[in-house]
Amino acid sequence: MISRLTAITLNTFREAIRDRVLYNLILFVLLLVASAPLFGQISIGMERLILVNVGLSSISLFGVIIAIFIGIGLVSKEIEKKTLYTILSRPVRRWEFIVGKYLGLIMTLVVNTTLMTAGFYIALTFTNGLHKTDALLLVAIYFTVLQFLIVTALTVLFSTFSSPIFSAIFAFALFVIGTFAEDLKNFAAISKGAAKLLATAAAYLMPNFASLNVIAQTAHDQGIGGRLILFNTLYAMLYSATAVLAAVLIFERRNLK
Amino acid sequence: MKSNRLPTSLIAVLLVVLFAGTVLCRSQVEKLRGKEVTLEEVLYMPSGKTVKRLSLGYSSLLADIYWTRAVQYFGNKMNQGSMRYDLLYPLLDITTDLDPHLIVSYEFGSLFLSQPPPEGAGQPEKAVALVNKGIRENPSYWRLYFTLGFIHYLDRRDYKAASEAFLKGSEVPGALPWMKVMAARMAEHGDDRSTAVYLWKAVYDTSIDPQVKETAVQHLTSLRAEADIEELEKRVSIYKGRTGVLPSRWLDMVRAGLLPGLPQDPNGAEYKLLPDGTVDVQDPAKFRFIDRDRNK
Amino acid sequence: MFAIEIQGLSKDYAVGFWKKQLRPALKPLNLAVKAGETFGFLGPNGAGKTTTLKLLMSIISPTSGTATILGKSFLDPEVKRRVGFLPEQPYFYDYLSAHELLDYYARLSGVSLETRKQKIDGLLDRVGLGDVGKRQLRKFSKGMLQRVGIAQAIIHDPEVVFLDEPMSGLDPLGRHEVRELIQGLKDEGKTIFFSTHILSDAEALCDRVAVIHKGELRGIGAINEIRASVAGRSEVIWDGAHALSTVSGSLIESHVTGETVRGIVRSEDIDSLLEQLRRVRAKLISVTPLHGTLEEYFLARTAEQEKVIS
Repeated sequence: MISRLTAITLNTFREAIRDRVLYNLILFVLLLVASAPLFGQISIGMERLILVNVGLSSISLFGVIIAIFIGIGLVSKEIEKKTLYTILSRPVRRWEFIVGKYLGLIMTLVVNTTLMTAGFYIALTFTNGLHKTDALLLVAIYFTVLQFLIVTALTVLFSTFSSPIFSAIFAFALFVIGTFAEDLKNFAAISKGAAKLLATAAAYLMPNFASLNVIAQTAHDQGIGGRLILFNTLYAMLYSATAVLAAVLIFERRNLK
Repeated sequence: MKSNRLPTSLIAVLLVVLFAGTVLCRSQVEKLRGKEVTLEEVLYMPSGKTVKRLSLGYSSLLADIYWTRAVQYFGNKMNQGSMRYDLLYPLLDITTDLDPHLIVSYEFGSLFLSQPPPEGAGQPEKAVALVNKGIRENPSYWRLYFTLGFIHYLDRRDYKAASEAFLKGSEVPGALPWMKVMAARMAEHGDDRSTAVYLWKAVYDTSIDPQVKETAVQHLTSLRAEADIEELEKRVSIYKGRTGVLPSRWLDMVRAGLLPGLPQDPNGAEYKLLPDGTVDVQDPAKFRFIDRDRNK
Repeated sequence: MFAIEIQGLSKDYAVGFWKKQLRPALKPLNLAVKAGETFGFLGPNGAGKTTTLKLLMSIISPTSGTATILGKSFLDPEVKRRVGFLPEQPYFYDYLSAHELLDYYARLSGVSLETRKQKIDGLLDRVGLGDVGKRQLRKFSKGMLQRVGIAQAIIHDPEVVFLDEPMSGLDPLGRHEVRELIQGLKDEGKTIFFSTHILSDAEALCDRVAVIHKGELRGIGAINEIRASVAGRSEVIWDGAHALSTVSGSLIESHVTGETVRGIVRSEDIDSLLEQLRRVRAKLISVTPLHGTLEEYFLARTAEQEKVIS
């Protein structure tokens, strides 16, 4: 089982690399190089802040885009192209396939994010010099990776039953709604009756990306508590596990073409 | 016979358990974060203009979201009996930068800002700035002048500025005639009770929002009580003048022919006659807007 | 000992706008293949051959029925270690090289690292891809992909091999080579189950065949038995139209063009016909046995409306 899972994970990673996903790093570097001096000219003394905001937001946005673009095809592409036939004729369990694909994409995102983080800190050193408080930014990046866990799990889930276009739309919609998760809860708090029930259910069902976005705080050198990190980690893992499990449920019962 | 898939019932149970886990974790996360962290980001935003650019054309939707947050923030704080509403102005500022034509945020937002705590942020200067911004962006909306005048009158007691506001507003095409009347009254009788009564009646008559109507009623009730108290205290003086002593209870004055019966406030409770000759209401909480220093 | 036992396996597809109607792609099939046998699964396009294979590989789930492979349930994932599958028109990850694909697939089938290192290059040679092992599959021709397909079906040395139209899209040289490969697998004692609509291939390789048409089994039997059940014919061409009257009784058919006669006769009657022609001094031009024994069986079985199992 482990051998098969590892093989599928690594192959998924290999596919992403050969699909030239890492080229996005070039764009990222260009963005970093341009942002600080360019925007810094507009507001004096804001160079570091601009760099941090652009850098961390780009890490998040690029990652989500990659997660969605690769994720939507993870399963559906294999069903369409029938590359699955020769895989499923082997002792590979269908759940191993789903989990392996998921982990492979996560691996891709983690590698990509690590490279971006390194580039970001280099840029930070050149612009502003490195300070102790800059380590706080790693928490924001870690939370971004937790976001990736959820987004990827959701796109894999959609990929098991939906065509790439719809999967992309659903995933993007959920990302936007998840960003405004707290407003959704507020709405649930002020509504009444059946609407309140529906809104509350929706609020919990939607992923909570608002709590995972601490870019603004860490950019202003605010620390994040250890318990918050723990519970956010648990939340992301449990939520992703739920989505991946649902994906397994669907995929196992699916008749392929 | 070995099947190659996990049993549906097992998966279903697992799904429910895992999801319940996410709900628990999320509650913890939200508790730890506190209610205002998302809102506090407002303090970090460089400017509303930048936010508008970043919103990629969806600025009016974002404005709605920020307005909703502002209302939520205000409501929550008021329920807690808070005396500080620090994030209110930044929230309103961002909202109106995102959508300069969101009239309701100027109208209500400025009222929330200007009223003294705990009913409001107690920042009338900021409220004036906000309304002026609204007028700049929406010059044909005369009601904003009304709001402006109102704030000058009620929270800043600057009757001259209030009068100017009402006057300018009356010149906007479509303005209702009593704007001119208000302007005149403000100029001549700014501190008068009759002006206040006129103003609050205008508010009551022209507003459709039930909460605003309720506030107007509260003010009018207090003004009514104010008038009653003034009259009652005058008659107490007359009594003293005739008898040389203060009345010890209302009955004394009734017997003296100065009162037709026991005096009642607009809520039906009896006014209190205090030993030093002053009059007060039984329940001051119901009459929060009584102002003893007001002119007649 | 049966390597493959199919017991009542069937598949209906829900069709129509409301998915209410049922279209049977495979009616309940009963079939058994002995260990070491090469079994041909014949039928025209759309007969249900690929459906049967997809059911056995758990790519689709059956409406009813079950099957065993090597004595274990066909649903048991572990049994797939000993099974190889070549789908019709196979698609592989085009960003991998042939070598990488075989390595990946072998790993998924549980082949150890040492074995993989040893066997992959040899296997690539065996299927004729020895010098393109490092090239990306996206650059492979159809014939080359077919060879990769066979290689991945046997890299883990399975006991049972399922091939769906293994010759499709190949030129004559390619088909010859694939035939040789299959013969090689046969010699190794593997059980081979292959579907095709090309009868000459089946005739050359199979021990037994089954004919399937419109989702139903129409006939099943050993090759030589089938040959015997349908009389063989030969074509005899000679110069000498005058001979016709003498020999016409023996002929099934005859066509005359000038002096040349083309006659169809039963293969067992060839000797007596040639003797007759010699006696009337007709000039013999050619004697050609007509192939199509299996073809006739096939055509007969696929023409009938009712199911007949001989």
